[in-house]
Order: sequence, then C-alpha cells, then structure tokens
Amino acid sequence: MVESLKEENNSSAFASNMEPIVEYKNVHKSFGDVEVLKGLDLNIFPGEKVALIGPSGSGKTTIIRMLMTLEQPTSGEIIVDGKNLWHMEKNGKLVPANEKHLREVRGDIGMVFQHFNLFPHMTILQNCMTAPIQVQKEDKEGAKKRSIEMLEKVGLGDKLDNYPSQLSGGQKQRVAMARALVMRPKIMLFDEVTSALDPELVGEVLEVIRDIAEEGEMAMVLVTHEMDFALEVADRVIFLDDGVIAEEGSPREVLEESDNERLQQFLYRFRS
Amino acid sequence: MDINWKWDMFFEAFPYILQGLGVTVGLTFACFLFALIFGFVWVFLRRIKFKPVNWLVTWVMEFIRSTPPLIQLFFIYYAWPMVPGIGVSLSSFESAILGLGIHFSTYIGEVYRSGIEGVDKGQWEASTALNFSTRQKWTKIILPQAIPPTIPMLGNYLIIMFKEVPLASTIGVVGILALAETYGTDNFRMLESYTIVALIFLVLSYPSAILINKLEKKMNRRFNKKAALQESKGAVV
Repeated sequence: MVESLKEENNSSAFASNMEPIVEYKNVHKSFGDVEVLKGLDLNIFPGEKVALIGPSGSGKTTIIRMLMTLEQPTSGEIIVDGKNLWHMEKNGKLVPANEKHLREVRGDIGMVFQHFNLFPHMTILQNCMTAPIQVQKEDKEGAKKRSIEMLEKVGLGDKLDNYPSQLSGGQKQRVAMARALVMRPKIMLFDEVTSALDPELVGEVLEVIRDIAEEGEMAMVLVTHEMDFALEVADRVIFLDDGVIAEEGSPREVLEESDNERLQQFLYRFRS
Repeated sequence: MDINWKWDMFFEAFPYILQGLGVTVGLTFACFLFALIFGFVWVFLRRIKFKPVNWLVTWVMEFIRSTPPLIQLFFIYYAWPMVPGIGVSLSSFESAILGLGIHFSTYIGEVYRSGIEGVDKGQWEASTALNFSTRQKWTKIILPQAIPPTIPMLGNYLIIMFKEVPLASTIGVVGILALAETYGTDNFRMLESYTIVALIFLVLSYPSAILINKLEKKMNRRFNKKAALQESKGAVV
C-alpha cells in the first residue's frame, strides 16, 4: 500500500534535522468581525509536502494566501527562509513591509490557483516565459528554452502557441503549474487546484503534482479535498477546524488513526 | 415664401469653408489624444486610497463633468490669464485642447476604469504570485486586457468630441464653423454656409459611427467565438 511507504516519513523526520523554510508565529487573521485564524503556529521544512485539509471557512486557503502576500495577517509573523515576510527593519524598528520588501521575500514562493488565472491575452508559451524574463531578468532564449521544457514536462509541448481559451480545464491547470515552476520556487502553494475541474480531468493534474512531489526539492503546501491524494503524496497532513490546527501528523495518523471527533465527521462526509 | 438658396454661392463657399477642415479634424485628434492620456491620470488619482485625496479627485471630476465645456473654454481662454500667480495666457488652439481635452478626459477615465474593473481579480493575484512589479502588472498584464474591450467606446467619444470641437470657434479657433460664419456674414449667405458645415459633419461622423459599430460587433463576435471554442474544447478534454 502506498501509505505504508510514507509511514516513517512524517513531520518529526523533517523537524529534527533542518531549519524550517516557513514559520508562522501566532498568526491571526480576521475578515471584518470574523476571525478565520486564531493564533496559528506552523513550521514548514525545505522539501516537505504538507496537505491542509478542513471544512470550508476553516482558514486553510487563508494560510497559503498570506504566504503568497495576497492577504495580510491581522497580527503575528511569518518568516520565510529567515526573513520576516510582512515586516521589515527600518531604523532598528519593525515596520510594515513595503512592496519592495515583499518582492524580495516572495521571490521564492510560487502558487497555483483554483481558477488557473492564466493570462488570456498571451499564448501558453508567453504565459510561462514572461515572468522569468521580466521579473528574474533571464535572457529571452534561456527563458524560452526552459519554458518549452517545462511545458513538455506537463504534457503540453504541442500547445505552445495556443491561447488559454483553447485549452481544457485540466490543460489550463497544467500550464499554470508550468508557469509557476519555471520561476524555480523553493515553496509551491496549491490552492484547491482540482476543485474547479470536471471529475474526469482531475487525474491528469494530480499526476503532474505527483511528479513534482517525487522530485522532492521543493516544499509544497497543498490545500486539497482529495484525501486519497493527500495520503499518498503528503509527508504531513494538517486538519484545520474553526481557525486552529485541530490535528496534525503523518497522513496515516491523521487520516486513519485519529479519533478527533470533528475530523471523523469531516472525513465521513468525503468517504460516504 | 421662396427659399433664398443660391447654388453658385454654395459652390463658392464650399472650398472656402473646407479650408478649415484641417484645423477642425486636427483639433479633434489633439483633444482626443490629450483626453486619452489624461484619462489615465484620473484612473490613477482615483486609485489613491488616502481618503481626502480620493474625495478631492472625485469632486473635481464631478465638477468638470457638471459644468458646460463652453464655460470651461471661456474660463481657460479669458479668465485664467487674469488669475495672479498661476495665470497663463494660452493661444486659442492650446486653450481648446486643454479645455475640451480635460473635459472629455473625465469620461475617458471612466471608460478606462470600467475596462480595468472588468479584468478578473485572479489576474492581479497571479501577477503577484509571479512577483511582477507594480509597473509590470499594469503594462504587461492588466492594461493589455482592460483596454481592447473599451476601443469601441473610445471611438464613440472620438465622434462625440468631433461634434463638440466647433465650440472652440467661440474662442477664436478658425475651423469650418468659424470660416462658415465669416463667409456667411461677409456675403449674407448664412443658409448655404451653415448647411455646408452640417454636411461636412454628417459626411464624416456618420461613416465613422458605422465603422465603430462594425468594430464593436466584430469584437463581440471575437469574444463569443472564444467562449464557444472554450466550451467545445472543454467537453472534448
């Protein structure tokens, strides 16, 4: 069974011998009067694959959106590779980060979205090569070559000059992954990347994620409703409920052995 | 009562009045260009989140749109030079560009805004995730998507502006209307002169309107085609 292979590869294996690449320190996030995260403490280690599960509104998407700087924490700190993400030092004091600081720190992070968010006015190839050229100042030929390789890797080498509107949902999501990967992030975030897909297209997208995960170097955080996939790919599964981590551990501990009642209720709904 | 219409005068007046066409059309495009550029200024001023600035900008735009362009022209040409300190005396042509340009830039700015708001929020998020700079987000991602759908609307404003440009004759810009006035008063042929002006406007505006209508339909078709294609491909995998 797949889960037995992952058994010993749990969070403690990562914790014991490495510095975390991402640290959340007592992070709170409110939207208006609603507090969606109530003091999150979480470390993610280089190369670790973390699956975030939980009912909708439990704050799991907010966790990765704050890391991608799409949402600002109400309080607390997020440290990325030793650098404070949302604060910077100015005259010896910590002040809210400006755009320049955010750009420096988030350069190591990539994200794939539920609704793909491809650029509709660009071809598939342009979607992938624009950021390396514009943001990372890579030379055009190099960026193009790497983009083509990446698109071939996700099985879309024959679609380079097509526009996103000409692709299926599964193909779009694979382009979105290639686009994020050419930026060579150290941390990749996946925000319910299969939720907007027709059921028969989910497999091809999970296939690509599985391939990326097997290469191993990148830390990956997956917000997902695909429990079987989490069991197979993740090193650690975190169950969020009502703004706090209600359960965490190896996929097997969380998905099969936990007796947390809320978790049982949540899983029951997926397995019925 | 017989209409006092003289064809020979009509044909004599026509080439004379037509001499002003270059100025009228030139002024139209100059105003339009000014409005296209200045429209962006409004868009960006309105995006400043600092409340007092935001209120001020909204209020100024409202003020400009709620006062007649004719009065704005008079103000810029006759009154502004009298203001001590900041007063500048401009030629009639410059005053017209500034006055009509600013007036219409407030409308053009709204057109841009509608285009920008039409761009999906996810496009901003994806460009943040790819770490584009603010400038790159605008120039590479947002504006290339926001502006093309507004082109028919901008074209409509070009025609509207063309028809407003004769206002500039009141501050001494010698376009077709001013020449018609001169010819008409000198020769007592108001009927022929103004008919010629009306004809010239009709001949230029109407085909332009049809052209823009076609353009609009073409763009709609393009978007519908895209959507249809998307649906069929989505179903096939």
